[in-house]
Amino acid sequence: MTAQSIADAAYIIAALLFILTLAGLSRHETSRQGIVFGIAGMAVALAATVGLAVQNAAAIAVTLLVLAVACGAVIGLWRARIVEMTGMPELIALLHSFVGLAAVLVGWDGFYSVEHNAAQTEYTGSLLHIHHAEVFIGVFIGAVTFTGSIVANLKLSARIKSAPLMLPGKNYLNLGALAAFALLTGFFVASPNLPLLIAVTIVALALGWHLVASIGGGDMPVVVSMLNSYSGWAAAASGFLLDNNLLIVTGALVGSSGAYLSYIMCQAMNRSFISVIAGGFGMEAPTSTQTDLGEYREASAADVAGLLTNAKSVVITPGYGMAVAQAQYPVADLTKRLRERGVDVRFGIHPVAGRLPGHMNVLLAEAKVPYDIVLEMDEINDDFEDTSVVLVIGANDTVNPSAAEDPGSPIAGMPVLRVWEAADVIVFKRSMASGYAGVQNPLFFRENAQMLFGDAKTMVEEVLRAI
Amino acid sequence: MNTHIGVPRERQAGETRVAATPRTVEQLRALGYEVVVEAGAGAASTFPDEAYVAAGATLGGPDEVWAADVVLKVNAPDAAEIEGLHEGITLVSLLSPGLNPELVDTLAAKPVTVLAMDAVPRISRAQSLDVLSSMANIAGYRAVIEAAHAFGRFFTGQVTAAGKVPPAKVLVAGAGVAGLAAIGAASSLGAIVLATDPRPEVADQVRSLGGEFLGVQSAEAEVSASGYAKEMSQNYNTLAARLYAAQAPEVDIIVTTALIPGRPAPRLITAEMVASMRSGSVIVDMAAAQGGNVEGTRAGEVVRTANGVTIIGYTDLAGRLPAQSSQLYGTNLVNLMKLLTPGKDGELVLDLDDVVQRGITVVHRGEKLWPPPPVQVSAAPAAAASAPVRVPTEKKRMSNARKLTLTGIGVAALWLVNAFAPQPLPEHFTVLMLATVIGYYVIGKVHHALHTPLMSVTNAISGIIVVGALLQIGQHNNVIRALSFVAILLASINIFGGFAVTRRMLGMFSKG
Repeated sequence: MTAQSIADAAYIIAALLFILTLAGLSRHETSRQGIVFGIAGMAVALAATVGLAVQNAAAIAVTLLVLAVACGAVIGLWRARIVEMTGMPELIALLHSFVGLAAVLVGWDGFYSVEHNAAQTEYTGSLLHIHHAEVFIGVFIGAVTFTGSIVANLKLSARIKSAPLMLPGKNYLNLGALAAFALLTGFFVASPNLPLLIAVTIVALALGWHLVASIGGGDMPVVVSMLNSYSGWAAAASGFLLDNNLLIVTGALVGSSGAYLSYIMCQAMNRSFISVIAGGFGMEAPTSTQTDLGEYREASAADVAGLLTNAKSVVITPGYGMAVAQAQYPVADLTKRLRERGVDVRFGIHPVAGRLPGHMNVLLAEAKVPYDIVLEMDEINDDFEDTSVVLVIGANDTVNPSAAEDPGSPIAGMPVLRVWEAADVIVFKRSMASGYAGVQNPLFFRENAQMLFGDAKTMVEEVLRAI
Repeated sequence: MNTHIGVPRERQAGETRVAATPRTVEQLRALGYEVVVEAGAGAASTFPDEAYVAAGATLGGPDEVWAADVVLKVNAPDAAEIEGLHEGITLVSLLSPGLNPELVDTLAAKPVTVLAMDAVPRISRAQSLDVLSSMANIAGYRAVIEAAHAFGRFFTGQVTAAGKVPPAKVLVAGAGVAGLAAIGAASSLGAIVLATDPRPEVADQVRSLGGEFLGVQSAEAEVSASGYAKEMSQNYNTLAARLYAAQAPEVDIIVTTALIPGRPAPRLITAEMVASMRSGSVIVDMAAAQGGNVEGTRAGEVVRTANGVTIIGYTDLAGRLPAQSSQLYGTNLVNLMKLLTPGKDGELVLDLDDVVQRGITVVHRGEKLWPPPPVQVSAAPAAAASAPVRVPTEKKRMSNARKLTLTGIGVAALWLVNAFAPQPLPEHFTVLMLATVIGYYVIGKVHHALHTPLMSVTNAISGIIVVGALLQIGQHNNVIRALSFVAILLASINIFGGFAVTRRMLGMFSKG
């Protein structure tokens, strides 16, 4: 029984605990238990690794190790405490970038400890070549994740414009970067040297930056889950590099989780993954002819209050606008008040509402809306017919009837919440501007729809006062 | 003096419907009109005269009714009625102007205005006036009821003490409004329902009503710009005929609904197909009035063939549910009057710039306005839009092939790498592959509301990359130490931050 075998055994336990963590998240009831598994798994893995690392390390290394973990813990816990729930997407994107950067650094470490270390004897022959390739691939994936996540973070926090960057021939730029990567890998495997490693790092950093910069703000749910996936694959690549199964297992779990989420998001937008990654929604989409849609009607807060108090059932369909306006608290109050009056209030969440998968659910949970009245699109879509009033709060494309009815529309075929089937629809909106997809929404001109213009939070509060 | 609306009793033999019911009389009066109803007009639809009076109508004889400014009728006027039309009258009824050009000419010779309720363009705005839809709906239902009546067996399958009863098999040709109503009625009676239609896009509607869609495998998918079916090419018809010939001996009941406006009905079922059906089978030909979809149909009659097949050719299927048909037709008329009375003041205004009103106006003050200019609007996509509609399906097919190729290349590459690579690479790939598959299935079960916590917890556990940095910080090389230090710091932020924020989020979810 060596230190290495003890650690390996611990890694198997940790991997199992991580799988249980993800399994626990399948239901609300078991989700907290899942977190406990996750923390336990991480503790086991860390203890085993630290035990292994400090065995024959210099005191300075141990000090650095403790210092790094302590600093990381303080910063992490502090960020987790202060983050606003509306700011979750930014935080998650930032955390992805850390994994990416860490993977780059681990790759560089690998280079210095093997390729750049003439004294090493562990790797010889073809194993050494494989190691070269692993270093390269790990650094590449990590660097793409790093800059991609940084750009996603900047876009989500509105520090740079969320409009897609349109460089000429952008698809060729991406393909060119991939080709350069393949070429450099070939050279590096043949003769590993520092300039090549620097070159691939730069190419990957540029590719990551360009990839996400050319994707618009509304596609961010896909981008964030895609980066989640990349960060997992980066970790898995490091596992290959270090011959560590725990890293491979964890990386693969995270990688497939991100991939699956991206897949759900793409389905919800009726688009292929490739087209999202290649960027550009409005680009090829034919703008449907500007037909005269008729006139929209404006409602007052008092009208809406009257409608709501007389309603039997109400469905609220929130979108990113609710998050921007921080309207989740008044919306929750409204829900509570109506439920006390015996009105059946439920929420309908479109899979791509918000800027993160499940974003709306978290916001509503923060405002103490019970999760059992927050339903998925497929669960609620058939009930709209029997619904008296639908409140559309800061959503646009996800409730656009032209997706279902106008095959010429750029969003044709995208599954949407069929709110227009309800008796009355109230749309909370800042102006008549079109949504992210740049498509006019005929819902606003329907006979059963009324507009309530203004900031979502203020307007919901006014409705609350009028009840 | 207010505008009067006259509602005469229908003279045509066998007609049971009436153009206004007590309920629609009230609605017409709300628009500002006075309503005169001919005594006994509603008797065949079970609406007594008293009910009309209670709704605010006055009763009158034929002369008083025809003296009104606007006359609402079900059937086209007969010769005597046309003779008596006074100048300036507005007549609203079913006309089939496309099939009856002489009638249109006769009417146009008089200084009158005639609106045809069966010429409403198929656009969503005009749906509330679309008589063909509302009547077809009733007729489709009734067709199934007639078939059930003539059919000597149950529709639904049962297992009884006296043996097993197989369910009836019903084939509905044409999934328009009538066809869909028939599919719904037959499947709710428990039959197995098959349906055909040249338009593949109706398949979902058929399925939603419990039917099974039998597509004709033809390259020529029909996309109709006017919302109605059009005549199909020879090639399509041959293929369709093969389908019907194959189905005829299998099914117990056939309901045909194929109608092309202004044309004789297409012949779908030939005498040989009828002869191939089992004895006791029933065919309801809903197109009997236009010549029939079935060879051997006689309009208005029930025919029994030599091999015991009953062919029902009733042309008054909607009229066989008179109260319902009158109510729906009456409501269509009320919706029309709403459109024609923008001021709700009993003042009839005909706006010929409006496509709906232009479409139904056959004669305007003695001037013949038939046929109207075509309206290109969409129940189905307009011709311009149909090109981009087809593109995605093609694209998908291509990308399917590409997907297969890519998967093939990927698998081959994986095999090559593992076949030639030394240990521990194959072992690593085994672990990676199994973990990816487990990950996929575990994640697939995650509740949609927990996707954000899922992302933050995967963030936390991908901080496991710290292991890599931890293992390397012990190396006696300052560059490695520095790099590892930064990596450990970043990964620790992920681990602690990720778990903490996930806990915080999960703590917020509460059950009501």
